[in-house]
Amino acid sequence: MPLTTKEITINMGPQHPSTHGVLRLVLELDGEVVVSCTPHIGYLHRGSEKLAEARTYQQIVPLTDRFDYLSCGNNNLGYAIAVEKLMGIEVPERADYLRVIVAELSRLSAHLLWLATHAADIGAVTVLLYCLREREEILNLFELLTGARLTVSYVNIGGVRRDATPEFFRRTKEFMAEMPKRIQEYNTLIMENRIWLGRTKGIGIISYEEAIDWGLTGGSLRGSGVNYDLRKVMPYAAYEKLKFEVPLGHVGDVYDRYIVRMEEMNQSIAMINQCMEDIPDGPYKADIPTVSLPPKDRVMQDIETLVHHFVLVSKGFPVRKGEIYAAAEVPKGELGFYIVSDGSEKPVRMKVRSPSFVNLSCLPRMVKGHMIADIVSCIGSIDIVLGEVDR
Amino acid sequence: MHPDNIIEQIRERFPDEVTGSGSQFGQSWGVLKREKLEEICRFLKEDPDVRMDYLIDITAVDWLPKAGGAAPLPRFEVVYNMHSMLHGHRIRLKVPVEDDGDPWVPSVSGVWKTACWHERETFDLFGIIFRGNPDLRRILLPDDWEGYPLRKDYPVEGPEWSFKPWPE
Repeated sequence: MPLTTKEITINMGPQHPSTHGVLRLVLELDGEVVVSCTPHIGYLHRGSEKLAEARTYQQIVPLTDRFDYLSCGNNNLGYAIAVEKLMGIEVPERADYLRVIVAELSRLSAHLLWLATHAADIGAVTVLLYCLREREEILNLFELLTGARLTVSYVNIGGVRRDATPEFFRRTKEFMAEMPKRIQEYNTLIMENRIWLGRTKGIGIISYEEAIDWGLTGGSLRGSGVNYDLRKVMPYAAYEKLKFEVPLGHVGDVYDRYIVRMEEMNQSIAMINQCMEDIPDGPYKADIPTVSLPPKDRVMQDIETLVHHFVLVSKGFPVRKGEIYAAAEVPKGELGFYIVSDGSEKPVRMKVRSPSFVNLSCLPRMVKGHMIADIVSCIGSIDIVLGEVDR
Repeated sequence: MHPDNIIEQIRERFPDEVTGSGSQFGQSWGVLKREKLEEICRFLKEDPDVRMDYLIDITAVDWLPKAGGAAPLPRFEVVYNMHSMLHGHRIRLKVPVEDDGDPWVPSVSGVWKTACWHERETFDLFGIIFRGNPDLRRILLPDDWEGYPLRKDYPVEGPEWSFKPWPE
């Protein structure tokens, strides 16, 4: 009897440790080779865009925390700059620096978790333990600064929620002095490891033109050599005043995307150090009574301020009529907010252009023709968070 | 090139298609008719001076008037944000769509590969048909979902049938 082969269809996820959340893939396989891959998403869809239409502008900030829950500082910042542009608010310089510090700390923690899971998926479990050790320290810093560890809601419209203490700066400085050595440590574990190279080099190659055509952003785009980083292209907060480089890949494979993100961590450390050197004294939120909450000690003392606080929280503030698209470079790529306002306290429409959603759309193209085990390294290399894919 | 000049170029090339334009906060947009949208997008992507090679996103806005008000615009507006990696400029295209039971626009998924998922999302949440999209299925919601949640006449807390109380 002659041997016959036929394609089989298998289901991967949604409950699968390597899909980084609830991603379901339907795979058509010819032996071990992927013929086609169809992602099914939406398991974590919470209707954030619809919810935003029923909330005041301040109330949307905590919703943005829940997109990419690994880098909340960045999401808050992207949303805040969109609303501030729409309202024409100037943010005090100290707030700009604090925003960059919290955004870059978030980026570090997000990249650490990416490296941890990406490496563990491929088999280097040791890296996971090392990365989580450092990530814990960053979460402790967040707790010190904002009172929360994960969903920080630190960046608000008009500034930041509270000022940083000398204790925070001291501990951040200590940690930043330590961190480059730790990154070196991760590199010794995997950068030249033969198994790691074998599993990442030449896998999931995306060319320069293709990366743009698929709308990739962030490390996934720069891994293909496209020099596009919103912190350079359309600088926001204090990024204009900071010196940093944009690392680029050459080939566009999983290994290049890995190298790019590793170098981004070093750049983040450099930026945080610069910010802590240059941060000026001054207010940490804009002094606009219609937008910023009054100081808490005054609220407790006189009735007018209490009423002011109460009205601002319960009623919100009107935002002038118009529409804006503003974006921030989050760890995953370009997080854009397209906000349409009709002059009331609630947006008519808030569209969130989430980088993970777009990067994931390229996955079927990336894994086609590769082995089934390479799917796992490809998913790791586009660095998706399903909270952001599904919103 | 200044974004306003790009809108002018479209107006020169397709004189009957541009019905309006505007600019706010340094961001410019053109309002287009839907019929030749794909052709216009192809022109924007391939013209060497414009070169809109990166489609940022596609979305829609529902302008359903609040109770009793008259509709100032066609109900839906499909919005395209795009960027040029080469020249660094951005523009926005808006395509008004009437809610006549078959709100459609031509698909641009043949122009930019990334458009496919954005169009699926807009179809899923607004019910706008992107004619020519090879894979127009629901993406975030289950395949058998009824209704389009981001329409203004869809209640925030969901339709009544979606409340599933615990069995007695």
